Amino acid sequence: MKSEVTSKSPSPVKTLKTPAGSLITACYIVPGLPQPLMASEKNPGWKRLREAMENVRDEIAASDAEMILYFSTQWLTVLGYLFQADKNPKWTLVDHNWHEFGSVQYDFKVDAEFASVYAREVKAMGHYVREVNYRGFPIDTGTVVAQKLLNPTNRLPAAMASCNMYAEKQETLSIGQAAMRAIEKHGKRVAVVCVSGLSSRYHTEEIPFEKDFISSAKDDEWNRKILEILGEGNLEDVSEVAREYSKQANADMGFRGIWWLNGLVGKTNDFTGHVFGYEPIYGTGNGVVGLYPKRAIKSVPGWVNDEADLVERFAKAPPRATAPMPSSANAHASAPSKSAASATSSSALDKIVTFEAPKSSAKASEKNVSSKKAPPPVGPYPHAKRVGDFLFLSGVGPRKPGTKEIPGVQLDAEGNVVSHDVEIQTRAVLENIEAILEEAKSSLKDVVDVQVFLTDMDRDFKTFNRVYGDYFGYVGGPSPTRTTVEVTALPTPICVELKVTAFLGSK
Amino acid sequence: MTGKIIAGVLAPHPPHLVYASNPEQNEPRSEGGWETLRWGYERLRKSLFEHPDKKPDVILVHSPHWMTVLGHHVLGLPHFKGLSVDPIFPHLFRFNYDIKVDVDLSLLIAEEGKNEGLITKVMTNPDFRIDYGAITSCYLTNPDFDIPIVAISSNNSPYYFSNEVGQQQMEKLGRATARAIARSGKRAVLLASNSMSHRHFTTEPEIPEDMSAEHIYHHGQYLWDMEMLKMMREGKSRQLIDCLPEFMDMALAEVKAGALTWMLSALDFPSYKAEVHAYGSVIGTGNAIVEWDHFTNAKGLAGGGK
Repeated sequence: MKSEVTSKSPSPVKTLKTPAGSLITACYIVPGLPQPLMASEKNPGWKRLREAMENVRDEIAASDAEMILYFSTQWLTVLGYLFQADKNPKWTLVDHNWHEFGSVQYDFKVDAEFASVYAREVKAMGHYVREVNYRGFPIDTGTVVAQKLLNPTNRLPAAMASCNMYAEKQETLSIGQAAMRAIEKHGKRVAVVCVSGLSSRYHTEEIPFEKDFISSAKDDEWNRKILEILGEGNLEDVSEVAREYSKQANADMGFRGIWWLNGLVGKTNDFTGHVFGYEPIYGTGNGVVGLYPKRAIKSVPGWVNDEADLVERFAKAPPRATAPMPSSANAHASAPSKSAASATSSSALDKIVTFEAPKSSAKASEKNVSSKKAPPPVGPYPHAKRVGDFLFLSGVGPRKPGTKEIPGVQLDAEGNVVSHDVEIQTRAVLENIEAILEEAKSSLKDVVDVQVFLTDMDRDFKTFNRVYGDYFGYVGGPSPTRTTVEVTALPTPICVELKVTAFLGSK
Repeated sequence: MTGKIIAGVLAPHPPHLVYASNPEQNEPRSEGGWETLRWGYERLRKSLFEHPDKKPDVILVHSPHWMTVLGHHVLGLPHFKGLSVDPIFPHLFRFNYDIKVDVDLSLLIAEEGKNEGLITKVMTNPDFRIDYGAITSCYLTNPDFDIPIVAISSNNSPYYFSNEVGQQQMEKLGRATARAIARSGKRAVLLASNSMSHRHFTTEPEIPEDMSAEHIYHHGQYLWDMEMLKMMREGKSRQLIDCLPEFMDMALAEVKAGALTWMLSALDFPSYKAEVHAYGSVIGTGNAIVEWDHFTNAKGLAGGGK
């Protein structure tokens, strides 16, 4: 493995131009070990790391950031998430391992209001949260080191969040995304700092400080590859390989910090990256990285907390020349409908990839059903499958047959849902279901079970119920069993999907 | 005079027990809670301090919350005073401590550790804050803090390689500790500041001491804890050590930090029966207060270190 990452002096300070409408000025990854702050004179590499962080300091100072948000992999929690809420925490830090380097007096200015907003967002997700406002609370070495080097005069108020050491990828991504929602509610422009090392295998024997090196050649190779990808701005790609990187190179706290950062920005590679430096600290790997958004970063409506959601979300994907092709051999990308594009947002709808429904089943006892009067599937599955006397329909949404147009939704230029009309969409769903049933020589009268998926139960259930009653609730009409659940998101920007089962008997 | 190990104790450090005890040094106030475990510590104190010949001169504590990455560190100044705030449970534990250290014994342990081929360091920064794990185990064992302590850090770096490498280091540190105690001429109690199974709840009741919400996290980890306690009660400490890596993996046991191995090694892996003073859960984790009464069962001989 070879890379272009070398240990070199930081580049000149950039004057950052925050993308229009963005509350994120830039994201940084910096190490949290105390050597660059407290012992930079003992090793040239530690000194270069300090200079790299001072470069970041100057870059932030030259930007229009109004606050710094820290997420440190050294502030570990096991019970939910903690948020620093003391407006003026002050104490004397002595690192548990590197106490020989002396003591650090700190006296920080914290945006406690942001802590409350962020804590509320995380609590709303069902997590335990605590706003920390206790005299003498031990701020971790990583946060202290970063704040001392990046914001030494408290020019900007700081916000500090903990890292749950047991949280896995999806939870950490979602905690990051919650930070973005909090930033939007708070309304200040933010420089985001992830305090995390790279490989974290320390020397287990004493070495002279001036002769420091990465403790494992394999770790070094991995670190360089990771920095090369980050240098290209590809944060999402690094997030996806974080588990393997961690396994191979013992990355700092499983590289959770990258998941948090990637969640905050909405899982994207849409950055310009810059590696300010890469150096060993007592065997571990440490990089200073800047990631500069190419477009405004905003929170993702209907954020999916799903391990299977491994790709960038379509609504936030960077512009591509063509829609990504599914790997299935029978898939085809339909041409976008002009009418659909004009009705909503072409960039978002163009990314809906449809599939030709499988016409036949591999088993003689089953029969696939597909209808040209219903919208094509968005995956390799049939509209319906008859097994014995029953007909099982796949989940059906409101998309208009033969187009990518979704009735009853308004999207903004970036494909975010601005508003939706559940009545229009529910009627469209039921019309699509009728078309599929008709293809199987059936009708709504044969439906025996309905599963309903709504993206906003509070807002839409009542209206949905009323429309549903028009189709199933009339006297003498069918009365299928029904289950209604709220889901975080559906595969396309729709607010309702139904899955039905019909009894066909001898038809 | 040759020093002696009076007892080795598995002495868990949930800050909840200090919180529930309402000592004047702790700022948060409680309505009680976790009595079973606190009564267990009472029984331990009775066992350690009632017999005048058994009373220790020094209490050694190995805590997983003083984490170091290069070697095993010991406190190297005679007195530490300050405020320890638990970074995980700051609402329960904000403890004003005033603790004397047996620096002579600390230095002997550092020296004997080096003789075992270990990296040892002596911590001499006066601003250093003693971790809440050490304070909790020491407070619950000796609330008056009238006996000096020796605190030893938990060296995490061997575990980057394997649990077994880490445990081997702790066996060496145990032998070094026993030799240092023998050289010191003191009577010592060793506290292995570890819980047992360590899966825990991720939420907390509105009143943390609400005992209607307290139970072991999972039956499987309870069974593991009972299996480990059975070996302790039967005097099978060697067998126990052999099972520790599996226990660590299966029950996320906190003994991974090495304190139990260190303590049993210092006692030279006793074959006499340990006394379980109490077992109970704290936010779902398994905790036991277990004493190896070396004074009675091994005639107060210095432990390992042969």
